[in-house]
Amino acid sequence: MTTETAPASATATTEQAKNQQLSVWGALKANMRDYGLLAALILIMLFFQYFTGGVLFKPLNLTNIILQNSYIIVMALGMLLIIVAGHIDLSVGSVSGFIGALAAMLMVGWKFPPELAFLANPFVAGAICILVGALIGAAQGYLIAYHQIPSFIVTLAGMLIFKGLSLAILAGKSVGPFPAEFQLLSAGFIPDVFGPTTLVAAAEGVQPLVLHTTTVVIGIVTVVAMLALAIRSRSRRKARGYESEPLGLFVAKNVVIAALVLFFTYMLASYRGLPNVLVVMAILIALFVFVTKRMTFGRRIYALGGNLKAAALSGIKTERMTFYVFAIMGALAALAGMIYAARLNSATPKAGQGLELDVIAAVFIGGASALGGVGAVAGAVIGAFIMGVMNNGMSIMGINIDLQQMIKGVVLLAAVFFDLYNKKRAG
Amino acid sequence: MTNTILEMRGITKTFPGVKALSDVNLDVREAEIHAIVGENGAGKSTLMKVLSGVYPSGSYDGQIVYKGEEQHFKTIADSEAKGIVIIHQELALVPLLSIAENIFLGNEQAKAGVIDWDETRDGARKLLSMVGLTEDPDTLVTNIGVGKQQLVEIAKALSKEVRLLILDEPTASLSEKDSAALLELLMEFRRQGITSILISHKLNEISRVADRITVIRDGRTIETMNKEQISEDRIITSMVGRALDDRYPPRTPQIGEVVFEVKNWNVFHPLHRDRQIIRNINLNIRKGEVVGIAGLMGSGRTEFAMSLFGRSYGQKISGEVFLHGKKIDTSTVEKAVAQGIAYATEDRKTYGLNLIDHIKHNTTLANLRGISSMGVIDDMTEMDVANEYRKKTNIRSSSVYQVTGNLSGGNQQKVVLSKWLFANPEVLILDEPTRGIDVGAKYEIYTIINQLAAQGKAVLVISSEMPELLGITDRLYVVNEGQIVGEMPTAEASQEKIMRAIVRAEGKAS
Repeated sequence: MTTETAPASATATTEQAKNQQLSVWGALKANMRDYGLLAALILIMLFFQYFTGGVLFKPLNLTNIILQNSYIIVMALGMLLIIVAGHIDLSVGSVSGFIGALAAMLMVGWKFPPELAFLANPFVAGAICILVGALIGAAQGYLIAYHQIPSFIVTLAGMLIFKGLSLAILAGKSVGPFPAEFQLLSAGFIPDVFGPTTLVAAAEGVQPLVLHTTTVVIGIVTVVAMLALAIRSRSRRKARGYESEPLGLFVAKNVVIAALVLFFTYMLASYRGLPNVLVVMAILIALFVFVTKRMTFGRRIYALGGNLKAAALSGIKTERMTFYVFAIMGALAALAGMIYAARLNSATPKAGQGLELDVIAAVFIGGASALGGVGAVAGAVIGAFIMGVMNNGMSIMGINIDLQQMIKGVVLLAAVFFDLYNKKRAG
Repeated sequence: MTNTILEMRGITKTFPGVKALSDVNLDVREAEIHAIVGENGAGKSTLMKVLSGVYPSGSYDGQIVYKGEEQHFKTIADSEAKGIVIIHQELALVPLLSIAENIFLGNEQAKAGVIDWDETRDGARKLLSMVGLTEDPDTLVTNIGVGKQQLVEIAKALSKEVRLLILDEPTASLSEKDSAALLELLMEFRRQGITSILISHKLNEISRVADRITVIRDGRTIETMNKEQISEDRIITSMVGRALDDRYPPRTPQIGEVVFEVKNWNVFHPLHRDRQIIRNINLNIRKGEVVGIAGLMGSGRTEFAMSLFGRSYGQKISGEVFLHGKKIDTSTVEKAVAQGIAYATEDRKTYGLNLIDHIKHNTTLANLRGISSMGVIDDMTEMDVANEYRKKTNIRSSSVYQVTGNLSGGNQQKVVLSKWLFANPEVLILDEPTRGIDVGAKYEIYTIINQLAAQGKAVLVISSEMPELLGITDRLYVVNEGQIVGEMPTAEASQEKIMRAIVRAEGKAS
């Protein structure tokens, strides 16, 4: 293949370079959705920064926003795959609640005989919880994929069943507190192996400024790695004669992203450093971006969501794909349930209820199509942060919960409306 | 002399890029059965859609004079109000409503919006008896056979006080007995003074019941024959008599040994276990050979191809497939593709493309292994592949990032071809590869087919357009009602010969 290809692309190089060199405006327009979403998030943050009198950007508050939304984002990753595949999962809230309850009972509630005591170990219990979550997802996925029961119905049933099951195993009571190791999942920060860096020493009338050095190092390494990857991919494209982005835009985009990452690194470092849960989240986000953009697994999910019949006739095992997607969602819901429980430091019968709606809203705000085949991990994550920042900002401003709900509803509607309007104009 | 009830004068209808009808004239006399015949795509259904207001007045040129007055139908309701009712090939009944509910759908027997069920049932029973049905009006439509459903459609038409009944291939999916009953009914209507227009491929039926026949070809009226003039030969010549010009690239076949062989292939309908769709088909394709399957729509061509390709159609499939003399397993699409078989669908929008994704992703979809290792896609290789095939098949687009839903039909078809070329098959099944695309793009696709054959691939082309098959293939199989009814080298074939094979088989069946 490659030997055949080389001469063809060599002769076509100049022509392609011309054809595929987009104008700055063209490139902006083509990626309007992606940039627009990020711009919207920044605008919303600035808006609340102003109206909360500068509270939003306080290091403590930013750390809180991440902790408060971590479980939504974890589930939004799985939900993105589900929605891209053309399905929906209404059970994730209840499943996460159920897994939180299971974790509590394993570690605290149930008294195991000595030979089974290892089950109460936080790591063993965590692994069991993830496995049970994956099995729950797999069971629902099996019915959806191989018996063609609509996902809406299967997961609606699942929502009721697991809501009931959490009530049952908790016997209607809250169970806690968790062992210290487990709490670290949500409440912990990475250790500062390098020791703190003091920028401004404590003195009369001066706020001390001490940075969490390890966090700063990780932030800088991340930015360098991101830039290196972007430059490498760009030069590879260039070497083969493909050009997609004008240089100015490329530089501007990467500078903005690098600045944002460094800014948040600084903010987090000036509080207590990177929360453990952010590390987990970052790894998962990177993994899901890779899977959706670069792996055949991801490509197949987009294909089956875009046109199920065409995908099947192209040799894609559409049923198996659907099954896997739900199993993955189950495992992520389990992880989210544990993060949630660890954050509250107890499992309650009401935990997780209604979370599915926030998760689904985040994915749709992030630009996924309800018809399947369209959506991006970055969009879903930004969508989740938009919802999270709004929750946080409005709470600080003291806006009533009833009004908060309405505003969130309007934002969801507006985001999707804007999307469809854009698409119509483009198409 | 009988009166003329309908006259269509100089009807011309254009779709973007295609002239579907040009200057068509049709006159229908009161209380006659007037048959319209022509090849698939000749324009019969379009003409009837013009008449019934599916294409509103103003979207075509020409005049429609009905009962002495010029008509400007804007909707189907307008034409129905005048007593013109069309019964389409695909029945328009709601399966889970009862017969009575279907008959009066949109015309409910109601007072102030409240349905009078007694009136509904009595009315339905009366109409059913007129078409010879004794079914309970409360029976759900899904529970009666296709033949009876057809009669329910006619009963529904009668409820609208029909004067001119148009039937679009009414007997295509009916058994012999049901067909006979239906034709009997049309003759009964004629006695009552109801006029019928009958669109059909079945020449034996037409010569039995029709008073006059109008032949349409390439969107033009060829001639109208009286009963005395009707003969099968004359109809066939009239239907296919078009000059073959150089619409096909020259072809110098280099044919080798048998590459692909299908033996005793049988398929049953996916829902009706007892309905056999494909009966004992045997065929083979040689290296470098382009083989055609000729047959009318609904003859089982597509069903055969799809059942072969990973059992994508039907149930209780039996038979054997051989590649280079070795028996192969094609029971899933993945296996079929892995063995070197590709099937490019006749319906590229539903089965061929992910219309919301761009050319690059569509091109590589059937062979993701070819651009990835360990499940990770090499995006540079993918770009190279997409650009290479875009060039090879001459896809006109701004780049490989153009969304396929925005491409023209011809370019979409080229993307489908690219996808299967990149899968690098040994046997390529092309189902209606040029449907709905313009002449220029057709020529390009024929050229690609020639190149494939020259590379030693075995190509099977399914097409409704006989001139196309005669122009690009080396050998032909004629299929009718799921059976092979003829095989001939293309050099010895002609449209008349193919039609004759089909008609003769129909004659045997009825």
